[in-house]
Amino acid sequence: MLADVHPTTEWYLVLSAVVFCLGAFGLLVRRNPLVMFMCVELMLNAVNVTFVALGKELNDVGGQLAVFFVLVVAAAEVVVGLAIIVTIIRRRPGSDADDVSVLKG
Amino acid sequence: MQATIVFAVAAVLIVGGAVGVIFSRNPVHAALFLVQTLFGVAITFIDLDANFLAAVQVIVYAGAIVILFLFVIMLLGVDKAEDLDVEPIAGQRPIAVVAAAGTLALLLSVILSVGLDFTGGASSTGALNEVRRSTPFGSTAEPATDIRVLGTHLFTDYVFAFEITAILLTIAVVGAVLLARRPSGPLEPLPEGDPLEVAP
Repeated sequence: MLADVHPTTEWYLVLSAVVFCLGAFGLLVRRNPLVMFMCVELMLNAVNVTFVALGKELNDVGGQLAVFFVLVVAAAEVVVGLAIIVTIIRRRPGSDADDVSVLKG
Repeated sequence: MQATIVFAVAAVLIVGGAVGVIFSRNPVHAALFLVQTLFGVAITFIDLDANFLAAVQVIVYAGAIVILFLFVIMLLGVDKAEDLDVEPIAGQRPIAVVAAAGTLALLLSVILSVGLDFTGGASSTGALNEVRRSTPFGSTAEPATDIRVLGTHLFTDYVFAFEITAILLTIAVVGAVLLARRPSGPLEPLPEGDPLEVAP
């Protein structure tokens, strides 16, 4: 019965939707800024799977190129974000996302 | 059948890793679960004929970004277990559950109701399996591999975006150096006494 079941593009889209929402949930729930960053990476990867799956479905190279640029932007984002986290935690060890509220004017 | 098994293995790796990232108390464990998810995504990329992106995924994400995360965790010594039982903001978790479930329901309803009935549209950029009969390196008749198609389009149609990302990376490097530089004078302490103060 399972022999003629093939994964279609919808399967990949559903998978990436699930991972995207898991990442969003983690971003809303966790307090550790590093773990929040990892949840952002989860969401980016979910979108990457969508891009590649639809690029294959539509036979369009633009999907894979979009993933390429997402990778570059994600790398830049992680570098700057981790530098900000390092400066915050160096000043106040044990900080979590709530402590960044001292930045407000 | 094999494709289904590959998809199932990748899906279990991805979803299991994502759940592990969210629910592991130790940031180091979360980073290792993130590696598991990234490898699962690389498997789906290979499954979708994106071999170059799968390699880049493993090298850049699992090899560089997660190592950067682990490096920061170890450098700052924040690898203490986080207490997930307390809820600092009242009602935060139920609202988060509702928001995530609502987003998921919306996405799934769109995916499963609309369907993929748009295969007739003309490709805006280029076909993924186009045959490049004349290349700078001689004439080839075999189907172009994904890396060749990607490179061709990256350096022709998308060359402006490519240059912009180069500028972005330069700005990111300069910004990271400026941010992480230790100032020469003594650090003045941050204002204390806000209600969310954590115990040292």
